[in-house]
Amino acid sequence: MNLVNFSLMRHELLLVVAALLILIVEIFASSKSRKSISLFSIVLFAVITIVGFLPSPTGTLFGGMYEVNNTRLIMKNILNIGSLLVLIQSVTWLNKDENHDKISEYFILLVSTLIGMNFMISAGHFLMFYLGLELATIPIAALAAYERYNNKSAEAGIKLILISSLSSGVLLYGLTMIYGTTGTLYFNEVAQLYGNENLQILGFIFFFSGMAFKISIVPFHLWTADVYEGAPVNITSYLSVISKGAAVFIFIIVLFTVFPLIIITWQKIIYVSAVLTMTIGNLFAIRQQNLKRFLAFSSISQAGYILVGLIGGNQIGMASVIYYILVYIFSNLAVFGVVAAISNAKGKENIDEYNGLYKTNPGLSLVMLLGLFSLGGIPPFAGFFGKFFLFTAAAQNGYYILVLIAVLNTIISLYYYLLVVKAMFINNNEAPIEKFRSDFPTRLALGICIAGIVITGFASIIFEVIKNMSFGV
Amino acid sequence: MNTGVPLIYFLILAAIMFFAGVYGFLTRRNLITILMSVELILNSVNINFVAYNRYLYPHKLEGFFFSLFVIAVAASEAAVAIAIIINIYRRFTTINVEDVDTMRY
Repeated sequence: MNLVNFSLMRHELLLVVAALLILIVEIFASSKSRKSISLFSIVLFAVITIVGFLPSPTGTLFGGMYEVNNTRLIMKNILNIGSLLVLIQSVTWLNKDENHDKISEYFILLVSTLIGMNFMISAGHFLMFYLGLELATIPIAALAAYERYNNKSAEAGIKLILISSLSSGVLLYGLTMIYGTTGTLYFNEVAQLYGNENLQILGFIFFFSGMAFKISIVPFHLWTADVYEGAPVNITSYLSVISKGAAVFIFIIVLFTVFPLIIITWQKIIYVSAVLTMTIGNLFAIRQQNLKRFLAFSSISQAGYILVGLIGGNQIGMASVIYYILVYIFSNLAVFGVVAAISNAKGKENIDEYNGLYKTNPGLSLVMLLGLFSLGGIPPFAGFFGKFFLFTAAAQNGYYILVLIAVLNTIISLYYYLLVVKAMFINNNEAPIEKFRSDFPTRLALGICIAGIVITGFASIIFEVIKNMSFGV
Repeated sequence: MNTGVPLIYFLILAAIMFFAGVYGFLTRRNLITILMSVELILNSVNINFVAYNRYLYPHKLEGFFFSLFVIAVAASEAAVAIAIIINIYRRFTTINVEDVDTMRY
């Protein structure tokens, strides 16, 4: 190991250093200066995010267990941006009195999940992949149970940890079959040996089910709504955006690099699960009253659209999935930012409590409107282009019926996104949520999200850059 | 080289353990027992890895090492899960999943 090798692992090592620094600051911070821990951590993380964009060498480490190339770098950078936004959004919540003594816990746990995701994305061997996956999921369960005196939070935590350990068990059982039939666990060696034997197909199905839990693909989605509702809002936004994004990233890498020889098989599986995920996610979202539950089902249906994008296994498919995650981070965090601001200030999370929000809080309503329009895919915003590229990628390989179903689902999803818009702008309410002024971090984060929604939509160079770094089967 | 128990016996044992674990996970009502079912699943994975390694690829140790890591990770998972279960007990004064139902469809 020399310095060049270390610089390959730049993202992970910087995050490890950050976690240790926050730990040290925590030890020496007096009880009065605790609030500055969040400022310190966010500045530190912002520096790491910027350093992540510097040009980096590519290559492999540890005999091929760890691999860096341009695709993986851009994925890590996207996750960094999203996590930075989540951190900025959570300052208001962390400054509450009941969270006062555990501010640094939040940052350390969140940074360690991000370390896990980065290792997972850089994996070149299933062992590294598994360790990254576990490092990314175990601390999140602790975060979901963060509000110790809240029944719902504890319930969300236990549901998340049990489901994620079950899903890793299922995934590992698939890995044993992959190992048993090929005798290796290196991605590039498995890729050459993995064919269409029965045991290999079975191993893939177990592996796929394990990943489906993490991405919350129907029929493995049942935990999503409960965990999203119970966890604190800022953790929910992290779960729905960053966790899911990282799982999608590694899923697409594994599908394209490890299982190219059984592409016919996984296309069939993904076809069925994409249709189910979109439809069931959308239909259940219509009947939700709690906004966090509503967004949980909306994020399930978004996972369905992502599956539509990657089904073709072509280069534009991968590019569109990465681009869509970027857009999804901005749009979903805009919506979640508003929900978090209102939930932290007023404790209200139901859709009918948002009636008449526009009259009292026009700024927040407008941000929410833009976020929902982008999620729904209304043209000038980035969400439209994201969906457009996803569907193009599927249509290129001749999946016209799937694209038709996806477009029909987009229309259903518009209906329920507009229900929220209608509640905010049209419905009358005797006692709407009172006017309040959100503080600087919230406004900053929401501003970045809106800028992101507009810029990623209009700047075609972003998609071009991502496309040049992507690859097909 | 290998005399005695053939490979298939280990695989059948692991499969039975795996599905017993999944069954237990879905039907048990006590959170600790659910956690034990998860351990059963992870141990079936270990048996599979070790058996494949010993019988089919004895010259490389990937399977053995993987099972070591699985054991370590399972321990940390159990630690976090039990911490949350203790918190559940304090909040709900029970660890029966039927009673931990503030959220449902």
